[in-house]
Parts: sequence; C-alpha cells; structure tokens
Amino acid sequence: MDKKFCLFFMLSLFIVFLSVSLVNCGPNAQNKEQVKSIKVWHWMSDREDAFLELAEIYEKETGVKINFELYAPSDAYTQKVRAAAQTNTLPDIFGILGEKRDFASFVKSGYVYDLTEDMDRDLGSWKNKLFAKALAVNEFEQANSSGVKPGIYGVPIDVTNIQMLYNKDLLRGAGVDASRPPKTWKELIEINEKLKAKGMQGLVSGWGEIWMIDCFASNYAFNIMGKDKVLDTIRGKVPYTDPDWIRVFDLFREMRDEGMLASGIVTMVNKTAEQLFANNRAAFAFNGSWCVNVYKGMNPDLNYGVMLPPQASDKYPMTIWGGAGSSFMVNKQSKEVQLAVDFLKWITDAPQQIFLSKETQDLPSNKYSLKDIPMVLSQFANAMDNTTHPNVWGVSESPLVIEAFDKGIQSIIIGEKTPQQLGSEIQAIKEREMKKK
Amino acid sequence: MRTKTVLQNYLFVLPAVLIFSVFYIYPFYKVFTLSLCQWDGIAQFDFAKSFIGFRNFIELFQDKIWWGAMLQAGYITLIALTFQNALALMLALACDRDIKGGNIYRVIFYLPPVLSEVVVGLVWKWIYDGNYGLLNHWLTSIGLSNLVTDWLSNPNTALTCVAVIHCWKGFGWGFIILLAGLQTIPRQLYEAAKVDGASSWQMFKSVTIPLMVPVFILVSILTVLGTMQVFVLILSMTDGGPGYHTEVPVTRILASMVNSSRFGYACSQGVMFGAVLLAVSFVQIKLSKYMKQA
Repeated sequence: MDKKFCLFFMLSLFIVFLSVSLVNCGPNAQNKEQVKSIKVWHWMSDREDAFLELAEIYEKETGVKINFELYAPSDAYTQKVRAAAQTNTLPDIFGILGEKRDFASFVKSGYVYDLTEDMDRDLGSWKNKLFAKALAVNEFEQANSSGVKPGIYGVPIDVTNIQMLYNKDLLRGAGVDASRPPKTWKELIEINEKLKAKGMQGLVSGWGEIWMIDCFASNYAFNIMGKDKVLDTIRGKVPYTDPDWIRVFDLFREMRDEGMLASGIVTMVNKTAEQLFANNRAAFAFNGSWCVNVYKGMNPDLNYGVMLPPQASDKYPMTIWGGAGSSFMVNKQSKEVQLAVDFLKWITDAPQQIFLSKETQDLPSNKYSLKDIPMVLSQFANAMDNTTHPNVWGVSESPLVIEAFDKGIQSIIIGEKTPQQLGSEIQAIKEREMKKK
Repeated sequence: MRTKTVLQNYLFVLPAVLIFSVFYIYPFYKVFTLSLCQWDGIAQFDFAKSFIGFRNFIELFQDKIWWGAMLQAGYITLIALTFQNALALMLALACDRDIKGGNIYRVIFYLPPVLSEVVVGLVWKWIYDGNYGLLNHWLTSIGLSNLVTDWLSNPNTALTCVAVIHCWKGFGWGFIILLAGLQTIPRQLYEAAKVDGASSWQMFKSVTIPLMVPVFILVSILTVLGTMQVFVLILSMTDGGPGYHTEVPVTRILASMVNSSRFGYACSQGVMFGAVLLAVSFVQIKLSKYMKQA
C-alpha cells in the first residue's frame, strides 16, 4: 500500500514537472513563427481604444505587431513596473510614473535606453517637432544632481499644463464681465465677493490629492519670488520662513478667510472637483488640460474659459506646471530596441498625434499638430511657454519636505496652522533632511 | 526500515514546510533585511551598499506622524471594541431567540462585511459630502441645519466618521461569531436558572457572560488586529486628510513606499507595526488566560 502510494506520489510530481516544462516551452514555440512584435505597457485607460486603433494601422503599414497592455489605476501600474524592473521582465516600451528621482534611478539601473542619438539624427528632425518643454521633462542635463549621464530618455506622447478655468455663465450671473477674467489676486478676491453675495462657490480643485496643492503653491512661489529663489530654497540657501514663502502660504489663509474655497476642498479628489465645476457648482477651477475631455463627458454645454492663475505679485511672471503629459521609455535590455524606437517615432508623427488629440482631447506633443483642436484646448496650448515642472529644475526637494509642505497647507485651509507656523515646521524638517545628506 | 519511515514522514511534511517558508518565513526575513537598508525599490538591491543598520528604526521612533497615526488607529480600534462589538452582541442576543424571520435578519446583518470596502468607502463619502451629501440634506430637512458640516474635511469629525463606517462595515463578523457562541450554550442551563427563579438579567450575567468569555476574547483579538490594519476605507474616503487627521499606520507605510520611494523605511514601519500588534495580542492572550481562571 505504502509502495503504491509512493509510486503514485512520484508519478504525480513527474507529471507536474513535465507540465511546467511544457508551459515554459510555449513562448519559444511562438518565437519560431518570427512575427515581429513589441509590447507596450501603459496606464491610460482613456486612451486604450485609440492606442489599439493606432496599433492596427501600424501593423498594416509595417508588419510589426504592437501589443498594448493596459494596467490601471496608475498606482497599480507604478508597482507593476517597479516589480518588473526587479525581475528583468520590463516590456519593450513602458512609462515611468513618479518623480524625477525615480526616473533617474531607472536610468542609472540600466532599464532605460538613451534616445539622444535617435533624437539628434537628421539634424534633430524628431527632436525638433516635439514641444521642447515636454521633452525637457524626459531629459537629464549636463552635471545634473541625479548623477545620470546627460541625454534624452523618454518620448512625450502628449503635453499638458495646469491652469485656472472660469465658468462664464456663473460670472455673468454674478454681474462680472466674463470676457475679462481676473488677472490679479485683488481682482479675484473682488469677484469672489460678488459670487458669495449670489451664494455661489468660488474655487474648486482636487486638493485632497496633495500634488495639486503643491502645484498651486508652486505657481505662486514662482510669481512672488521668482525661479532662482525657489530653487535656492530647495538647495537649502533660502529658508521656508522667508517672508516670500510666508506670503505664499498666506494666500491659502486669505482664500479660506474670504470663503473662496469650495466646501470640503481639502479631502476632495479631482474627479469630484471636476463634477462640481462641470455642474456649475463653482465659478473657478484649478485643473489640467485633460479636463477638456472630462468636462465634455460630464456636461457638453458647459460654458467656460481658461486663464492663468491671477498674479499675486507683479515682480515675476506667473509660471504654471506643465510639460509632458505622458511619456514612453524604451527598455534598454529589450531585444527589439530599434523596433521600439521606430514605433515611438511613428506615434509622435503629425497624423498620429492629430488622431490621438481628436480621440482623447489631449494636447499633442508634436507642435505641428495643433490644427483643428478645440478652442479651449488651444487656450491651454498657448500657455505652454509659461510652463515649468519640478522635473526640469535640476534639483529636487526631499519627499518628506514636500509632504509637510502640502499637508501643512491643508492645515492652513482647515484653520489649524498659521502661515508662520507652517514655515517654521517645514524649515525644521528641511534642516533635518539636509543634515542627513 | 525505521530510517525509511522517518524519511517518508519528512517527505509528507515537506510541502507544508516549503509553503510556510516561501510565503511566511522568507517574506518576513526579506522585510526585516530591507528595514535595515536604504533602498528606493527601483535600483537592483545590493545589501552591502544599502545597509544602514538601525537608522530607519531610530528615525521611526522620532517620527511623530507615525505615532500619531498609531494613536488614530487606536482610537478607531477603541470605538470598534466598544460600540461595534456591543452592537454585534445585542443583535446576536436578539437573533438567538426564536424570532420570526430570524434567518433574514442574519443575512441582513452579515451584508456589510461582504460588500467591497472601496465601494462602501465611496458610497459613504458621498453620503458625508459637504456639497451633495445625503447626511447634510437629511439634517437640513429635519431642522438640524446647525449640525451641517463638511464631515470628512472637518478635523473634529473626520476620524470619527471613518470609525463609524468601519464599525458599520465590521459588526457583521462579530455578530456571526457571537451568535455561534451563544448557540453553543446548553439550553438546559437557562431552563434550570429559570426554575430557580432567575431574572433575564441574572441569566445573562451568570450564565451567558461566563460561558461566552472565550468567544469575547476571540472577537476582541480579531477586532483589534482587523481594525489596527484598516486602510482601504481611509484611502477611499479621506486619503489620510485633512492634514494628517485620518492617517493610520498602513497609510503611512504606503506613503513611505509609494510617494517617497523609501522602501527601507516602509519596511521598518512594517516590522514595528507587526511588533506592536504582536505585543497587543500577547497582552490579550495573557488577559484571557487570567479571565478564564477567574
């Protein structure tokens, strides 16, 4: 009985081993078919259909099969890419979500192919057709603080920027000339008074997602103290207790005291903020160019315009966050690097970019594809010269400081902290982090 | 022959040992190793290069936000231990009697735990919403508009609101376990007590409670372990905000790992959190032994 059982057990083990071996033989068998194909991982669920359509066209044109694989939401995608990097199973083309230091770590670990030569070939024909600001997000300059070999490591497939939007109907309803949206902070406060008198909410935004607070505050930091001083703060040369930083924090206190902020803004996700604005529940929104597609879906009749955030100071111009919306990178360890580069060249050509823009209402990364885009989207495109992004600053702030900064602004909005308190708290964390270095 | 039998025995134990090693011992070893390192989760892991000793743990001991998050999880746990379990016990006592439609009540009470936590979080977020929320709408309609607030954005109410929903979602587990416990108590004991002239309260105090002590302990251990690890509800309702008011240990671990790319620090948080939970469970077990003896 025992012998029989042992025999049965060993036989079972052998069958399992054989099955696993056969399954592993699968891909080799497929390789024999010699079908040229590349794999692309992305997280953009709104673009999946358009990507699949483009893949079909590309296969007809070149015979190369493009396998788009969607992994959403973006948090899950981020983890998948990191896990794949650890196990050397990254696809031929993938995107990196996160901050510049994460991007740098991928490059330094040898996961990302340097596209500089391809971009510069033929007098830079590929490079020159893309928005420079979008390309800069994927670029590491000479002597960058991350210690990455200088070069271009990613291809933007669309561009974006984050501005303020105003509801023309609500402004008219409050007796404001909707053709003249506020240009200064003072005008914004005055308009807010009129809106309040009519029982309307002022500004709505997804400030529960703290990066949006960071973005808004950063705009005003550039406006009040200029780029150099902001970067000097990150370098540790200017403290967060500087009067200019206190002024930036004080803008949030002022918005709170003036009753300008929509109810529940500190825990609001951007999707809810978009619903409120689309349903005429707030006169102003702070949102990115992707909102054009979102608002179109939520309320096609929404009558709105785009404006730069009103200036709080006339010392420096208003600078907004923007650049590459989504970018793709080529896996340096892929066996099909050239096929992957060719596909990225093709997808950033004008016809494909126009198609993507029409399908998704995103701004194209090819600057010669701006024809036939909706009016509101062209307003976003016009502000590309005013854009900046932490990924192009060359220095990066400690994540702990960023968290204290953003969460601290939430605390100002809920009336728990004063701007001065916040400045001191962030500075204490900054000094602690500087000591670690 | 004896050697053969011993080998055979080991062979049969081997799959279990392998599974336990691969899924429990190795991950724990890996997490502990990482907790002694500074690593971003992207670069190839090199222990020698990234080893920093106990620096992550030293930083963790000084991390006020982490300990604040631990206290907040403790607050939710306290509410769950008291209100959630009291509600579960009351409903279990009610369903233990021969009432009409008892099975329907059991199904209804067990529904919340079966629902997806993300869905529950999003639905309740909508109910609490300051702009569209049903709760504010109801309060206004019954003349209590002075109570209207941004429930989840108000630092005074946010954590309690999350705790209430956690209790609502979790009481079904306690209800089922307590009901099963109640049904194991021999009916003859109640009948004997009745013959002796005991009132309902006396029967509850002298028959039900002593016999239910092991079940109460089980429920309380499960409640503590389950509640301290709450995070899905929080992610879907407040994402730890406003400020740090609804942060709990798991959201902090996620923040270290995902937002800050500090895998080593996140692992040290995980190890510390595990140690705290282990200590709490140990105290509970000691207490339960003492109570059983008493």
